[in-house]
Amino acid sequence: MKKASALPAGVVFGKPVNLRHLPWLIIVILSVILAELPRTVFPRWVQKYPTGWRLSLADWISAFMHWLTVDAHLGPLTVSGFTRALSFLLDLPLQLASMVLATGVLKGQGSEAVMLFPPVPWFALIIAIAALSWTLRGWRLAVGMTIGFLYLAVFGQWTSAMVTLASVLVAALLSAAGGLALGLLCVRSATFGRLLSPLLDVAQTMPVFAYLLPMLILFGFGPVSAMIATVIYAIPPMVRVTVVAIQGVPDELRSLGSMTGCTRRQMTWRILLPTALPGLMVGVNQVIMLSLNVVIIASMIGAGGLGWDVLGALRRLDIGGGLEAGLAITVLAVMLDRFAQALVPDARRSGPSGSRSHHRVIAGALALAGLLWIAAALWPAIAHYPESARLSTGPFWNDLVSWINIHFHDPLDVIKTFMLLHVLMPVKRFMLALPWPWVVTVVTLAGLWMGGIRLALTVGLMCGFMAVVGLWQPAMITLYLCGVSVVIAMLLGVPVGVIATQRPWLMKSVEVFIDTLQTLPAFVYLIPIVMLFRVGDFTAMIGIVLYAIAPAIRYTAHGISHVPESLIEAGTMTGCTRGQILRRIRLPHALPDMLLGLNQTILLALSMLVITALVGTRDLGQVTYAALSKADVGQGVVAGLCVAFIGMISDRFIRQAIRQPGS
Amino acid sequence: MQHPVLACRKVSRLYGARASEFVTDGHLTTDNVQTLQEAGITPAIFNVDLDIERGKTFVIMGLSGSGKSTLLRCLAGLTPPSAGKILFESKNLFEFSEADLIQIHRHQMGMVFQHFALLPHLTVLGNVAFPLEIQGRPRAEREEIAQRMIRLVGLEGREHRFPAQLSGGQQQRVGIARSLAGDPDVWFLDEPFSALDPLIRREMQAEVIRLQGMLKKTIVFITHDFEEAVRVADRIAIMKDGQVEQVGTAEELLVSPATDYVRAFTRDAPRAHILTARSIMTTSPSAGPFGGEVNATDRVISFARELDASSLPLAVIENNEIIGAIDRTMLLDILIGPETQAVGA
Repeated sequence: MKKASALPAGVVFGKPVNLRHLPWLIIVILSVILAELPRTVFPRWVQKYPTGWRLSLADWISAFMHWLTVDAHLGPLTVSGFTRALSFLLDLPLQLASMVLATGVLKGQGSEAVMLFPPVPWFALIIAIAALSWTLRGWRLAVGMTIGFLYLAVFGQWTSAMVTLASVLVAALLSAAGGLALGLLCVRSATFGRLLSPLLDVAQTMPVFAYLLPMLILFGFGPVSAMIATVIYAIPPMVRVTVVAIQGVPDELRSLGSMTGCTRRQMTWRILLPTALPGLMVGVNQVIMLSLNVVIIASMIGAGGLGWDVLGALRRLDIGGGLEAGLAITVLAVMLDRFAQALVPDARRSGPSGSRSHHRVIAGALALAGLLWIAAALWPAIAHYPESARLSTGPFWNDLVSWINIHFHDPLDVIKTFMLLHVLMPVKRFMLALPWPWVVTVVTLAGLWMGGIRLALTVGLMCGFMAVVGLWQPAMITLYLCGVSVVIAMLLGVPVGVIATQRPWLMKSVEVFIDTLQTLPAFVYLIPIVMLFRVGDFTAMIGIVLYAIAPAIRYTAHGISHVPESLIEAGTMTGCTRGQILRRIRLPHALPDMLLGLNQTILLALSMLVITALVGTRDLGQVTYAALSKADVGQGVVAGLCVAFIGMISDRFIRQAIRQPGS
Repeated sequence: MQHPVLACRKVSRLYGARASEFVTDGHLTTDNVQTLQEAGITPAIFNVDLDIERGKTFVIMGLSGSGKSTLLRCLAGLTPPSAGKILFESKNLFEFSEADLIQIHRHQMGMVFQHFALLPHLTVLGNVAFPLEIQGRPRAEREEIAQRMIRLVGLEGREHRFPAQLSGGQQQRVGIARSLAGDPDVWFLDEPFSALDPLIRREMQAEVIRLQGMLKKTIVFITHDFEEAVRVADRIAIMKDGQVEQVGTAEELLVSPATDYVRAFTRDAPRAHILTARSIMTTSPSAGPFGGEVNATDRVISFARELDASSLPLAVIENNEIIGAIDRTMLLDILIGPETQAVGA
């Protein structure tokens, strides 16, 4: 596989071929021979996994879902009755949040609804949030938050943004609280942690599309299903971060808890959680970002809000509109993140100075906001941002893309054709030409060499699964598209990361750039790419590279800049040049971090695949997406599992590689 | 004699997969360390017997890996021993119910930690009041007590700082104040000053001695620094490889080391500060004449100048009787060091 072809390359340049690498070399050579042989050489069952051997897992899952929703009982309650009740319960906080922020108190249904009380008007919310930010972190945050909200109002995104904000707030709170609880359980019981871990892996690597459908069937079409899908997607990092943060609490502090006679509950709430809080906030940040990531997908099943606006703009091929709504999501993400970070008390900031006057400002601002809200209820005309003062940059972006298209059509076409002919097509042909039993064998053997029998069984079974359920071909196309994109993302990302660490100003702008790329819904930048390169694998590849390059850059930069100062000094004292320090000290030291970055890049690339299915690829993403539109639960879940397994196989290999340095 | 506050009876703590094979009914089935080691077991502490007397400062000393921290954790009720008993007020500490143990920790024990273990999200006041908050005392009461403790360690005016805004020495003062806030009977100090600069360390040692003079707690003090042990201790236990090599006053360890290890450990000790007139005098007194008199319990340092200035030996007095004599050559022996000196038995 990709791994195998990457490894011996390092050997060819250096010393004579090391015996340890010999098996890898043999595998690569054999793979090439097998791929080049005419297909007719192999027996029929090797060429293509026989239909007769297929496991109709997809049908079974569909049947099971049918049984679950129609016949299954939990005591006296039907399962669907139970899920509907749960859905009703979960809808309550969601209703409340959107009532306050977006819809107001309504009476009646649909277009006949009468507003009894309006939602918070934009200026009242800005005043309240600005005052809160000022007391929490000073005027910088207050100004930032104000500008952010003003953007939403001025560019006409307010109402949609508030719908999105309401659902993200509830989803993020649920994910954070749920993740915290699960994480604490994992710390308390190792067995529970071991049981939960593979489930988290699947939840993290399976495309959201794959479980949207079961959610819809269980919880009905609407915001609740969208929210549950969001929580499933956003909870794994929170659990993991919680475990790490709690286990990172110094032993001395636990001893302190015991010595002061803390009960178990006091230990958790008074010692562990407060001390781990800065670490936990990293998880909250992840939760917010991931929740916003699925906003668009969730809007497909009735969550509404900004995601729906983006989708609508896409259907009209309105780049400017899509970009503005997309940027509103980014702005929301940044604001939520900064505000959440500000909620953590900063131990280095002096406490009490003027805290009473702070209280007075807060009280005053909240009272003012409340009064304005009431005023808006009395005179509804003032509540809305005036249409005439709205701005839009939409036409500008539309013009820009057409301009590029007109003036740079030829060079862009040359690049595309070159890449297609010399990179994409050959790799794709090679991957599809490999006989499936060979690939499964190689993966299993690699598992055996690197990690032993357990790893071999895990990866071998996962790999075999794809053949057994009859999705071998789309899986190979997935692997090719994902593999090429990841290689390109690493080739671009690692040097950028290395260079950025040497120049702090560059680092800052790179960070802003990759943050934007990651929070901006992928749909948004797919449109201009589609307009420039039309649909196809090349377009998908660019989209994937753009989305997945962030961890490649970030982890490289982190690894390079966190080499201990003493090692650098040791290098300087032995007379290393700058280049030597980079090559001999920083890079080897950063290797584990860079491998982690590779891991993340692969996972992001896989999650992007499903979205690029919209631009006409033929991979697992397409299968998942098609299953969603055909309401074929089984096929969607099975294809989703295949994507998850590809991610987990690469994850297991990379983790194993990090664990044994030097291999 | 009064019963000891804390005592160890054949206490061992074993690490290793097969550790439980060697323990039956809370007793080790072997007295041989080698048997354990061959089974892949590390005895962090092995068959330790100790008595810690009320109102005295007991120092447990050893290098890193000697088991002193494990022993402290056992004594403090944090880690149960694999075998043997820890007696607290004559009752087995690990037979108390969980609820009782929590009460003991709340009201009868306090601990100062090597790396301070301050809660980063609480102010100085909040940290010192923390044990009282855990006990559920009302806010006004706990803050009043905490203020008193903060004054006691000389940190008044810094109540509302956060730990990150304090120097190391100040942080450990907060740790000390906190450990005393619950008015414990037993005060554990786990290498409290090893993370501090030498000058600050000296100052903090003086602080502990001052507090002990006022409070008269039973102190269990862990250190790897013999000079520190000498300064604060009433009695010292020297540990090596999980076993107690010798227990005694600093002078006993110096004068009659039980093993070569103890001898090596005490080699660089400030002898003039530790030894008393009794342990260096000759017991066959000449009839005089004497240049002056010293008490048998006086430290050498207190009369060294007088002895040096006097051409005649000094008489050593106990109960108004002359029990021995000291002359200038003996002083020189102390200064030159133990290699050339054969002191006592």
